[in-house]
Amino acid sequence: MRKMIMRLAVGAALASFAGAALAQNFDDPKEFQAAKDLLAMQPQGPADKPWEQNLGGKEVDTSKYKKSGPYRVCFSNAGVDNPWRVVGWTNMQAQVEVLKSDIKSFTVADAEGKDDKQISDINSFVSSGNCDILIVSPNTTAALTPAVEAACQKLPVVVFDRGVLTQCPVTFINPIGGYGWGIQTANFIVSKLPKGGKVLALRILPGVDVLETRWSAANRIFKENGVQVVGAEFTNGDNAKTKSIVEDYINRFGKIDAVWMDAGATAVAALEAFEDAGQPYPIITGEDQEDFLMKWKAKNLTAMAPTYPTYQWRTPIIAAVKILKGEPVIGPTWKLPQPVIMQTDLDKYVDDKMPPLHYAMCGCKDLPGYPQRWGGK
Amino acid sequence: MTLVLDQRRPASRALALARKVNVAVIVFLVLYLAIGLLQPTYFEPAGLMNFLRRAAPLAILSAGQLFVLASGGFDLSVGSLITLTVIGGSMLTANDPSRTWWAIAALYGVGLAVGLINGAVVAFLKTPSIIATLGTLLSVNGAAMMWSGGAPRGYLPDNFRMFGRLVLHDVPIVKIFPIAIAVLAVCGALAYWGFHGAVFGRRILAVGDNPRAAELSGVRVRSVRIGVFVISALAAVTAGIMLGGFGGVSVDVGLGLELQSIAACVVGGVQLMGGRGSVTGAIAGALTLFALFTLLTLLGLPQPLKETAQGLILIAAVALGAWRRRRAV
Repeated sequence: MRKMIMRLAVGAALASFAGAALAQNFDDPKEFQAAKDLLAMQPQGPADKPWEQNLGGKEVDTSKYKKSGPYRVCFSNAGVDNPWRVVGWTNMQAQVEVLKSDIKSFTVADAEGKDDKQISDINSFVSSGNCDILIVSPNTTAALTPAVEAACQKLPVVVFDRGVLTQCPVTFINPIGGYGWGIQTANFIVSKLPKGGKVLALRILPGVDVLETRWSAANRIFKENGVQVVGAEFTNGDNAKTKSIVEDYINRFGKIDAVWMDAGATAVAALEAFEDAGQPYPIITGEDQEDFLMKWKAKNLTAMAPTYPTYQWRTPIIAAVKILKGEPVIGPTWKLPQPVIMQTDLDKYVDDKMPPLHYAMCGCKDLPGYPQRWGGK
Repeated sequence: MTLVLDQRRPASRALALARKVNVAVIVFLVLYLAIGLLQPTYFEPAGLMNFLRRAAPLAILSAGQLFVLASGGFDLSVGSLITLTVIGGSMLTANDPSRTWWAIAALYGVGLAVGLINGAVVAFLKTPSIIATLGTLLSVNGAAMMWSGGAPRGYLPDNFRMFGRLVLHDVPIVKIFPIAIAVLAVCGALAYWGFHGAVFGRRILAVGDNPRAAELSGVRVRSVRIGVFVISALAAVTAGIMLGGFGGVSVDVGLGLELQSIAACVVGGVQLMGGRGSVTGAIAGALTLFALFTLLTLLGLPQPLKETAQGLILIAAVALGAWRRRRAV
């Protein structure tokens, strides 16, 4: 038994080292400030089509890629291994249908979350000669960079969602990102929290850049405002585990005033822990999943839903066609607005006809096949 | 002879008694003590009740897995069957409370079918159970994903969720009483009767020990094999109903539970490859495992390190059990 405790102690010491080493990479004050500036910016472009808008971007000339249509579009997808990607992928297919007069073929390779598969997918697209343009949603940033660089030599490339470490793609499309998410959510909690209130942070898992930055930005704001964060726990995105953790915290502290989440898939489970303990609902930041929005509306919560909008899956298709027509596009980085859902516009997004983990900020209502294509009724 | 021994070493009788206590019970008590020291609410009746409520699905699953392990097999399909139960429950009920009861009946029907298929493949096609149930794992998981389209498509009504979620308040002595604990008690009693009370249990051990010898002495080995897989599958459906009740619908709810249930049994002194095991051991093993998860969460270790620690502690616990058995012989 003593050995076991020793082992645990050593483990704990190692863990704190690892934690410190990781934290620095994901807590960059410059990036934090950049996200803050982007949030303050007025988006340019059609207001009713945020997927065509941009934040402070410049147009790049694409006349050298001009070709006669219709075009053969190829897409190397990191995977469709979570509900967010399922919704995004559905958006993208529907967008292709919208532009079918310009798109002769849309060929897809699903890397199933594996870097090596995606690298070979990209290589075979490039060597096949059957692609006029290549869209890439990278699985991981560093590993995919060489493959994307090689592809840039042969044909125009559009990258979206996660980035790569090269400027060679015609454009890299993504929303403001993790720091923006952290700023939006933490500011909301700070504005609503009673004095001395306790905040519980729930995170999916450590070490993923988009999630780490959400937390580092939020934590920075909590610290700046002297907010008491009683715990930051990893849930693995599991409902049962989330609920157990929240129950433990309620037991331990008697009352939790706010719950901050780095992703909303388990938000309803977290809220149920308060129901089961007979406690009032906390202030909560979830995400734009329908189950959370419905709960928010039904129970009249003090809540907000940040988004990592799935409508960004529409933009690469639109950009690809524009590039091949030789029309200018925003580049080399195209920042999309990253809206939040607040109490005032909740009704616009709640829809009990859609499945629980449908992402309301999909920008998909005007797309063909809505809502059945997205699993709605 | 025994008398003489006892006179020479008066402590040995107490020691012999201590050896009879399942090692998992001792490890569990130690771990629970550590949890309580870190988080005193666990020493209160409500804390203990909540702990048991959350551990109940794994305990039931392990009690089912015990039957298969003791017969010399493995059931790897239980985790995916849990996922199918939760997804299927939400699809069949479509959030309509009046459909709950037939949905539960249908889910047990699915469980029965999966168990029969597992058992039949092992018994008649002579496929090693680890391969047969791996195949079932993949097909059942595929069926769940196809049915749901990869993301939850609905909710579970409250009366379906009752078994994992409902807690009675203001109960004397324990203050709160989760329904899940009653389900655990019933399932535990059934498993105890089936394994230790009925002849069936002795046949399982005989088959696990030496199938050929069992067959020669008149045990119908095939029906025993099919029986244990059916029991394990029904336990998985029960655990699925409880997990869906506790946490709601998600597509990865059963992920990894097959290995956890096997680990729980091994910690509880159940012998892989069959021939030895007890229901007390399986349930105590599950509680131990769950206490370990809880403790590591309370310590706040990062996930990768937690998994490493988990593995090491599991190996240590199993080694301790094996060592004690060697000493006891």
